[in-house]
Amino acid sequence: MLRENGFGSGPTSGGKTNGAPVNGDPPIRIGVYVCHCGTNIARTVDVERVTEKAGELPGVTIARDYKYMCSDPGQELIKEDIEELGLNRIVVASCSPNLHEGTFRGATAAGGLNPFFFQMVNIREHASWVHEDRESATDKAIDLVRAAVRRVHHHKALETRRVPIKPEVLVVGGGIAGISAALTLADGGKHVYLIEREASIGGHMAQFDKTFPTLDCAACILTPKMTQVRNHPNITLMTMTEVVKVDGFVGSYEVTVKHRPRFIDVSLCVGCQQCIDACVYKRGKFEDEFDAGLSMRKPIYLPNAQAVPQVVLIDPEQCIQFSSGKCKQTCVEACDRDAIFFDQEERIETLDVGAIIMATGFQTFDARRSPHYGYGIYPNVYTALEVERLVNASGPTGGEIVLRDGEKPTAVGIVHCVGSRNQKSNPWCSKVCCMYSLKLAHLIKEKTDAEVYNFYIDMRTPGKGFEEFYQRVASEGTHLIRGKVASVYQQADGDGELLVDVEDTLAGMVRRIPVDMLVLAVGLEPRYDAEEVRRTFNITCSGDGWFMERHPKLAPVDTFTDGVYLAGCCQGPKDIPETVAQAGAAAGQALALIGRGYMELEPNTAQVIAEDCSGCKTCIPLCPYQAILHDDAENRAEINEVLCKGCGVCVAACPSGSIVQNLFEDTEIYEEIEGVLAYA
Amino acid sequence: MTKPEGKPKVAFYWCASCGGCEEAVVDLAEGILDVVGAVDIVMWPVALDFKRADIEAMPDGSILASFINGAIRTTEQEEMASLLRRKSQLVIAFGACSQLGGIPGLANLYDREGVYRAAYLESPSTENPEGTLPRLRSRENGYDLSLPGFYDTVRALGQVIDVDYAIPGCAPHPKVIQAAVATLLSGELPPKGTVLAPDQAVCEECPRRESKPLDLSISEFKRPHEVIIDEETCLLAQGLLCLGPATRAGCDAACVCGNMPCSGCSGPTSRVLDHGAKAISGIASLIGGDDEEAIDSVLDGIPDPVGTFYRYGLPASLLRRKTLS
Repeated sequence: MLRENGFGSGPTSGGKTNGAPVNGDPPIRIGVYVCHCGTNIARTVDVERVTEKAGELPGVTIARDYKYMCSDPGQELIKEDIEELGLNRIVVASCSPNLHEGTFRGATAAGGLNPFFFQMVNIREHASWVHEDRESATDKAIDLVRAAVRRVHHHKALETRRVPIKPEVLVVGGGIAGISAALTLADGGKHVYLIEREASIGGHMAQFDKTFPTLDCAACILTPKMTQVRNHPNITLMTMTEVVKVDGFVGSYEVTVKHRPRFIDVSLCVGCQQCIDACVYKRGKFEDEFDAGLSMRKPIYLPNAQAVPQVVLIDPEQCIQFSSGKCKQTCVEACDRDAIFFDQEERIETLDVGAIIMATGFQTFDARRSPHYGYGIYPNVYTALEVERLVNASGPTGGEIVLRDGEKPTAVGIVHCVGSRNQKSNPWCSKVCCMYSLKLAHLIKEKTDAEVYNFYIDMRTPGKGFEEFYQRVASEGTHLIRGKVASVYQQADGDGELLVDVEDTLAGMVRRIPVDMLVLAVGLEPRYDAEEVRRTFNITCSGDGWFMERHPKLAPVDTFTDGVYLAGCCQGPKDIPETVAQAGAAAGQALALIGRGYMELEPNTAQVIAEDCSGCKTCIPLCPYQAILHDDAENRAEINEVLCKGCGVCVAACPSGSIVQNLFEDTEIYEEIEGVLAYA
Repeated sequence: MTKPEGKPKVAFYWCASCGGCEEAVVDLAEGILDVVGAVDIVMWPVALDFKRADIEAMPDGSILASFINGAIRTTEQEEMASLLRRKSQLVIAFGACSQLGGIPGLANLYDREGVYRAAYLESPSTENPEGTLPRLRSRENGYDLSLPGFYDTVRALGQVIDVDYAIPGCAPHPKVIQAAVATLLSGELPPKGTVLAPDQAVCEECPRRESKPLDLSISEFKRPHEVIIDEETCLLAQGLLCLGPATRAGCDAACVCGNMPCSGCSGPTSRVLDHGAKAISGIASLIGGDDEEAIDSVLDGIPDPVGTFYRYGLPASLLRRKTLS
């Protein structure tokens, strides 16, 4: 027993008060309810035995088991027992408090008790789901119930606090996910800060030519949305901006953002591009990122033709003025708006928002990581994103599909699943590659009349109109070869002609197919800095690195951090309609949160017991929320309850034990430990 | 010595202790006369010649209060503690050893054999060529001799017998003793288990409290012999490991006033279960350094953590002792 060790060496209240009244209060009458959760718990845990043992514990008036405690009749049980048996403490042994603590606190309150006279025991995630041996899992469930029963004796009546929610929302990422979410929120009358790391919004979708399966022009449907964002009175658009720090909590986040210098005053530049024409570089010298490196641009440039905002920027790594300080600055001369400022500096700003939507997107698999496909080795091996640019009318070739030497290809191979479904790269299916490969096959065939070979492992076309599109492409004469490409070689004397070795599993033979262009359908993966971003926003990633949703089925856009929601591919591979739908859902969740106007906070705050505090100041610098002040006159620490988030740091540090935290008082915790360790 | 009828009977006894607690009683100076005048002392080995048989002859419960100092490490101490318990209405653990196990309790880092080896064989001042060790029974010059048994584990008094109150300190401060005795004689007894001293930390009484900065961050611990200690400034602010924030007040910050850091003799406040763990938690939160390496190098300045944080209370702590092999 923890507290029998030494005399006067610890808290002497409680401890041996099981079943007996504490400090002359009415006798403790506990109701224990053990849930079967269908068979989720009952399959592995003998709930009857748990109930029987619980009934024998001091202070327990009634112990029952029930099929589904969370159901209406289950909750009704609690309510009725409180009224009829005069219960004053409730313990429910069921699932995670994450799921149903609110439910059972509600039932406790409905019975007329303070909801904090309730304690939940998780015998599903902590027992039945993680064990196979029924005997031991049952013993463990009994231990956990005993811990809760001993703890709940010491619970106190507490009141929840309400704090107002700030109505502004931050949307991180200006791809189609972020754009959609921002527009929904803004149309709903909420102010949105839409921040984008790049110089223009639009994301990956802006680079695409057509969208599958309807072959809508991507730009035609995206550009109006981008313009709406720019013009919307409720949206503050910030490009070249990144989040560096997130403080606060749901309803009241304080987000620090960093604006990288553009060297152009956004409010002055009208996008006339005369500066670009006047640049001392007579022609483009640097790879254009938007064109996937297939065209060249100058150090001063417009991100792309449809860029929003229509504002140029200067790359300081490339501009002569920055490297030598001795440029003639012909761009400055050409700018009749005087919008160029070489001395622009990084700027930090703080945004106050109530909710955050993460829409940070994905990156495509780097095909160099699968060198047997020859990308980066043979010039006529392309990634799908490069071909998207080639097909695009506003791309580097004006929509002509030509090889690097300007010739039209006559035979084109498209390799599916590059970087996907492979233990050596990424194990997951990237979901969109089959469909975009079919789309590219169609577009290439249409524009070049070349023979097109699609090398696929499985053809995955689940989606509205997807299978029909596949049938259409197949009927157009595209060769669909089911098999993995083993290797790609360049003919020694074949003008860059490539030989593709592939096992045709349907024909039952190994084939060698000559093509003059090979397209790699690269998969989707989490952005390189997803881990860093995850930390900044205090959300979680699943094992594969995608941001993790709170529940895969029932909370697909929530995260484990309240008030932070997910939209688009940052959560996992998705096509455009799915992304837009998820963005709408995330915006809806944010609107629901803000619409409530206030947050109910757990009353788990800490308090300094003034007469016990000796003013040693240990706690003062530790509080991450600056909630503790030192009262010089009284020589005491004092906690501002509104600022306290209940993290418990000061409670643990207080050397004289003079800070207590609701729901986590020493007595409660020690009782719980003793309960779990007291083998029956 | 006359024994006026009706005066409450009081016993003092010592177990594993250094004699400092006896000194503390004598340190009451003329105050002791008030105590002696108010009570009838029936046992006090350091000062009065009463025997065990005298106590055994008394009816159970006939002593009002026994003040027992020292930890329990031998069978004889346990027997005497049990005897006094039986004969007394109240038992008061007097001083750190009795309350928490005290300095002798650090022997719990070893076992009996280890203690014997250090005390009788290996210590530099020991001359014992035959390697004689204490034995329960031996025969010397035709006499049968016996010694009390020596336990592997040192225990606080409360771990051996039921104890009503404690007076903390190594040794208890005369002011604390006087106040405690006054409380006991007042007839209005506090709840059983009360430690008869203020329930705040030493900082409350410390004259240097105001000089402690609000954002203290310790980048190096210094030991008292390594520095010239400023007499005005908070010792923690000077990098000296002072346990004042974690230790029960009542001593008027005597050590700090003597320009030495508090070493924690009065144990924790009533709200803390494990003095050492709490002190570690509190001190650790003051340590500066951004990474593990930097923090480790600060911690290198505390070469003996158990002897520092559990100096007076290892037996009564959650750790209690090193596992016996």
